[in-house]
Amino acid sequence: MTAPRDKFGRPIVVVTGMGIVTSLGGGKTDNWKRLSAGESGIKTVTRFPLDSMKTTMAGAVDFVTVDPFSSTSLSQRLAEIAAEEALEQSGIGSKGDFPGPLFLAVAPIETEWPQRLEVARDVPTKDFGIIEYLATCSGGKFAHFHRRFTFGSVALSLAETFGTKGSPISLSTACASGATAIQLGVEAIRRGETDATLCIATDGSVNPEAMVRFSLLSALSTQNDPPQGASKPFSKNRDGFVMAEGAGALVLESYDAAIARGARILGVVAGCGELTDSFHRTRSAPDGKPAIGCVRKTLADAGMEPEQIDHINAHGTSTPENDKMEYLATAAVFGEHTKNIPVSSNKSMVGHTISAAGAVEAIFSLLTLEHQRIPPTINYEVPDPAIPFDVVGNKARDAKVTAVMSNSFGFGGQNASLILTREPA
Amino acid sequence: MAEKEVWITGVGLLSSLGEGLDTHWDALGAKRVNADEKRLAPYVIHPIAPVSFDAQIPKKGDQRQMEMWQRIGTYAAGLALDSAGVKGNQEILSRMDMIIAAGGGERDLNVDLAIMNADAQGKLPPALLNEKLMNELRPTLFLAQLSNLLAGNIAIVHGVCGTSRTFMGEEAASIDAARIAVARIGAGQSDIALVGAAHNGDRGDLLMLYSFGDFALKDQHTSVWARRNNPGFAIGSAGAFLVMESREHAEARGAKPYAKLTKVVADLAKRKQPGAVTQSLQAMWPQLGVNDANTMLITGATGAEPATAEEREFLGQHPGLAVRATGTTFGHTMEAQFPLGLALAALSISRGALYPANDPTGLEVEKTEAPTQIVVLGVGHWQGEGMALVEAVK
Repeated sequence: MTAPRDKFGRPIVVVTGMGIVTSLGGGKTDNWKRLSAGESGIKTVTRFPLDSMKTTMAGAVDFVTVDPFSSTSLSQRLAEIAAEEALEQSGIGSKGDFPGPLFLAVAPIETEWPQRLEVARDVPTKDFGIIEYLATCSGGKFAHFHRRFTFGSVALSLAETFGTKGSPISLSTACASGATAIQLGVEAIRRGETDATLCIATDGSVNPEAMVRFSLLSALSTQNDPPQGASKPFSKNRDGFVMAEGAGALVLESYDAAIARGARILGVVAGCGELTDSFHRTRSAPDGKPAIGCVRKTLADAGMEPEQIDHINAHGTSTPENDKMEYLATAAVFGEHTKNIPVSSNKSMVGHTISAAGAVEAIFSLLTLEHQRIPPTINYEVPDPAIPFDVVGNKARDAKVTAVMSNSFGFGGQNASLILTREPA
Repeated sequence: MAEKEVWITGVGLLSSLGEGLDTHWDALGAKRVNADEKRLAPYVIHPIAPVSFDAQIPKKGDQRQMEMWQRIGTYAAGLALDSAGVKGNQEILSRMDMIIAAGGGERDLNVDLAIMNADAQGKLPPALLNEKLMNELRPTLFLAQLSNLLAGNIAIVHGVCGTSRTFMGEEAASIDAARIAVARIGAGQSDIALVGAAHNGDRGDLLMLYSFGDFALKDQHTSVWARRNNPGFAIGSAGAFLVMESREHAEARGAKPYAKLTKVVADLAKRKQPGAVTQSLQAMWPQLGVNDANTMLITGATGAEPATAEEREFLGQHPGLAVRATGTTFGHTMEAQFPLGLALAALSISRGALYPANDPTGLEVEKTEAPTQIVVLGVGHWQGEGMALVEAVK
């Protein structure tokens, strides 16, 4: 029998349920099939007019609809779909009664344009200022907008739907949010506070203002034609990331609890690490030191040596700066072993699911372990000589994979990494 | 395994009353309130006191990259680091954990109003929204708005670089920030952490959300306990930060505690049922293990209903408690509500006195004994409840 505790004496944290929605489809089966076939979910946006936009494509999840539309409602719906799949697979608790807390990675919420304008059309005065506008906001006609656009609204709804316990935590660590949600769950189980946590990360942010904002920071690819060719991590001609939507949900449990109820163990969260970069609001330290520290902390947390990592599920955003920094940081930690590690970026196909990315990619990492097959980095036609990773280019590769490192590096100096393994160490 | 004791070794406060602990102590003693009934009339707000941000944010370039809420927070975080004696201590800062409770930043109200007026007059075809946003939004405004960029700015300006987590979700975010920090330190997952939040109430765009639900106080400032006939919260402005660390860590570096943070509990009452908040508070109270006779309580009661009435119901069952409501003095500082309460509790314990009551209704009573136990209570205006026990270090 495997030891129920890790080498540091902490409860081992295992995954017993996973659910996923991306622009490739709903559910693990469809996602894995299309991801390992190298298909792209990036399309020209049809949700809103594209006039004046420099970027016109995204990995929007158009097969899920909410009415009336808001990114917040879509985020909630995507989270529900992913959580339902994860809970069904896990078989934990009962419907509407999950026996642990909720950790939710979600984009910051504010009242969105369709709703702002709906109120504006109701203001009785012409050329109104904020006070006249506020008078129209009040009175109860728009009370549902308060319910919808408080920061805690998505977590409140999910906590009610799934019956999670205690105060649900909504969090944002930008592009690392999904990894942070998992990390908070792992820590709670290791502290012995709970046997199970529901970790969800969701993002439904493809709306005009969000796209404009990222565009104004010159963060997005403008290679609009063909849209599925835009996201090209580690390629010399990469020019930015592609916004995308999706959600990932994981049921985490202590190994003991999972075994006791006869649950199928899908994988192990062997280590988590995090280190803040204080160099700049949007750029990483040129020497990659914080990312290096983050990867080292993660290895230390898992009690593993660099040589034990046999695949990296990269952050790989396809921005000129991130991909280069990610290589430098990886090479600094893994040294000679770097060239032996197949590296791939799911974002080449699903785009950057931002707040959801850490969880979406953790799930793809676990599916990689399950299938012993590494999904490709598509659009890898012009390798960047400055990034001599062993990129799994264009076609999936069968490989022996025992431990995957999944990286997330985000705006605001947010770095987080996870190590996922098939079996307890 | 025995949980480690968590000490509060640093407190940073910037609010409508001013900056720093002495200023706050004097203002509370004098029952001073800085409320503004005119700036955004009919809405009552508590604007931040005038402050020169240079003292904690020396680079003008950094200040320019932030909106007011981030400046308030980054400033108060610096005060907390100073008070803990770790400012500039790279060895400690590089491994200090950070949990921030944050909403979002100010929008560009002029741009928003121009678009909304154009639309209301039928002059905004959908395609024009993109053009206006592309041309009129400042590129860096996004970074001044993103919730996690308060933490990002604190990392950049003060070098707090261990871990960085931002919790969202109004009042509950800060209760959970304190709860998780205490749990991590207690379990040995963290040695030292910076926990706090910032809020700027001088914002018309922010009032929008609360006007939808008719939560904002109008016309006249009163004690939160005197708002039964005119309920609502006056939006407040504050940065409230605490340095929390394990007793061992503090003793090893010779740091003195303001107080210890013994326990933080949180709940999500099912508020669709009347009385759920009262029941939630009743259920949490025994977990703190305190005795009414020697306990004082600092609450963030907002004045919004029905939450405040349900909280009052709970307090009515504990007539012996000396209660203080931060909402009367500071307004409702939303994400900063709970750390503000923790800061005032730690300050009171360290000064050996509870500051005077400021309440014409008589719910708050005077208490002359030196406090040894202060419960901090937070009830969200819409969701989320929590309590913490702050105690004198023996």
